[in-house]
Amino acid sequence: MTYLLRRLITFPLVMLGVSVLVFVAIRLVPGDSITAMLGTEAGLLTPQQKQALAAYFGLDQSWLVQYGRWLLGVLSADLGLSVTYGKPVLDVILQRFPLTLELACLSMVVAIGIGLPLGVFAATRRERGSDLAVRIFAMIGQSTPSFVIGLMIIYVLSAGFGILPAMGQFIPFSEDPLGNIGQLILPALTLGLSFTASVTRISRSAMLDVLSDDYVRTARSKGATRRRVIWRHALPNALIPVVTLSGVEFGYLLGGAVLVEQIFALPGLGRMVLDAILQRDYALVQGSVLFVALNFMIVNLLVDLAYVMLDPRIRLGGRS
Amino acid sequence: MSRFLTRLLGHSSGRIGGVIVLAYILIALAAQAGLTPYDPLQQFRIDRLQGPSMAHWMGTDMFGRDVLSRLMIGIGQSFLVAFSSVGIAALIGTLLGLTAAWFGHLWDGLVMRLMDVLLAFPAILLALLFIAVVGPGTFTSILAIAFVYAPIFTRVVRGPALSLKARDFVDAARTFGSSTSYILTRHLMLNLVAPLTVQVTLALAWSLLTESGLSFLGLGTQPPGSSLGLMLSDSVNLMEMAPWLLVFPGLAIMLGILGFNLLGDALRDILDPRSRRAVA
Repeated sequence: MTYLLRRLITFPLVMLGVSVLVFVAIRLVPGDSITAMLGTEAGLLTPQQKQALAAYFGLDQSWLVQYGRWLLGVLSADLGLSVTYGKPVLDVILQRFPLTLELACLSMVVAIGIGLPLGVFAATRRERGSDLAVRIFAMIGQSTPSFVIGLMIIYVLSAGFGILPAMGQFIPFSEDPLGNIGQLILPALTLGLSFTASVTRISRSAMLDVLSDDYVRTARSKGATRRRVIWRHALPNALIPVVTLSGVEFGYLLGGAVLVEQIFALPGLGRMVLDAILQRDYALVQGSVLFVALNFMIVNLLVDLAYVMLDPRIRLGGRS
Repeated sequence: MSRFLTRLLGHSSGRIGGVIVLAYILIALAAQAGLTPYDPLQQFRIDRLQGPSMAHWMGTDMFGRDVLSRLMIGIGQSFLVAFSSVGIAALIGTLLGLTAAWFGHLWDGLVMRLMDVLLAFPAILLALLFIAVVGPGTFTSILAIAFVYAPIFTRVVRGPALSLKARDFVDAARTFGSSTSYILTRHLMLNLVAPLTVQVTLALAWSLLTESGLSFLGLGTQPPGSSLGLMLSDSVNLMEMAPWLLVFPGLAIMLGILGFNLLGDALRDILDPRSRRAVA
């Protein structure tokens, strides 16, 4: 418990550190955001006009003042104004977030839906041909970057079947459920498949560990069926590392899958961060990176909590 | 050393991974020595977008450049980034982890909280942020990947170093009057070689993946230079017309990562005393 308590106490401190790092990093970027915002038209501005714009966005103050103002704003859910979108940063982020969240959830469904049964299957057939096949599949899957999988899927579909995935504008689930799933199924498969390999590997090895434990042997000798031993006795305990791994991966996915969003031209959080960086939209980069880091840390904290819930040895204070 | 090599080669993953990595290193060296079939920048205008043939084994790209030659240079480029970034990350991470464990107190707190902050970012985001500050390019991607991976090495080193510090043989060395630097390099480092080796191999796989991702986004190696990610990004709009532009670089990235992953698995089996006992 002390471990979790310590995590909870250090959480705001780490967040503060994250905010300082993001703030300083973005100000080290060469060039100013007014020029970046206006492009070639910046040359037409008089110095006075530039100064007025800088004053409007608060860019004429010292770093410390800017940071203080920004932090105060963050605490009251005001992340500033995006210069590229001309809208509050939080609005821009929340507009992109549903897609990212849905994509992350769908990918996890794919990964766990395929990876977990496959891992359990391989573990129960240890050292047989089918186990070897699953292990080879998992090893190759783990070594293939998601964007390579995505490109291959697009190629096979377009060259083989003449189908092109729906790209560009995001179709919300509430407006057109079928269109929404149709749009996200390929990116979710892409992200899911590359993660399936890790889930398969970890669930296989966790199952192998558990299957050689004494209590599994006891259950078997008491006459429990093979199926019952695997699904009721062994699997719940083998789930702990799977949950940990999946949680961490989910945290990553909530940060937006930059590459896969780029390939499928999806307006998610990852691409927004990339564009904001390229366009030097200070406020948007700051806000979104902070948002992503916060998500990532919250998910990691929840994973730790789940870990404690799943493992009675830790829950009952066995962890020293 | 020879016993270690025998065991590595006796491990099926180690054998396959070792062969792949060795082959890639040889290809990279050959490309650096100019032993590519063609000049990777030479444009055969008449032969633009030709499929694989006897003259161009992997076909040509949209400028009529030989894909095989560019692939060889690209492998070299990717390996250069992977090895340098992981080398820098391992060096910095080991230094920070060792000193944090040894000196403890304020230094330990400072280093580890800073690492907590860096680890609070998803890796690719941190790399993007770094590149935003420094600007795109090969050298930048080396630094960005090193920057992202150093905290992981710091953690990997600090944990075991802390427990080693409390061991009797370290106390004995202190009593005999050995200097701090001697104890750190001789006693602690030698015992950290095993976990570090495994971590380095897995980091190489990850680094190769990240480098290709960054180049794919246009933030790594810049044209007309060649890298596997850049070749893939060039293939995006041409894949239906010229699938070889997608297939060969894609396979090359996958095989390279596979090689390091297999090697990492084998090294973990051989070097980790727990799994060694399990195997025995």
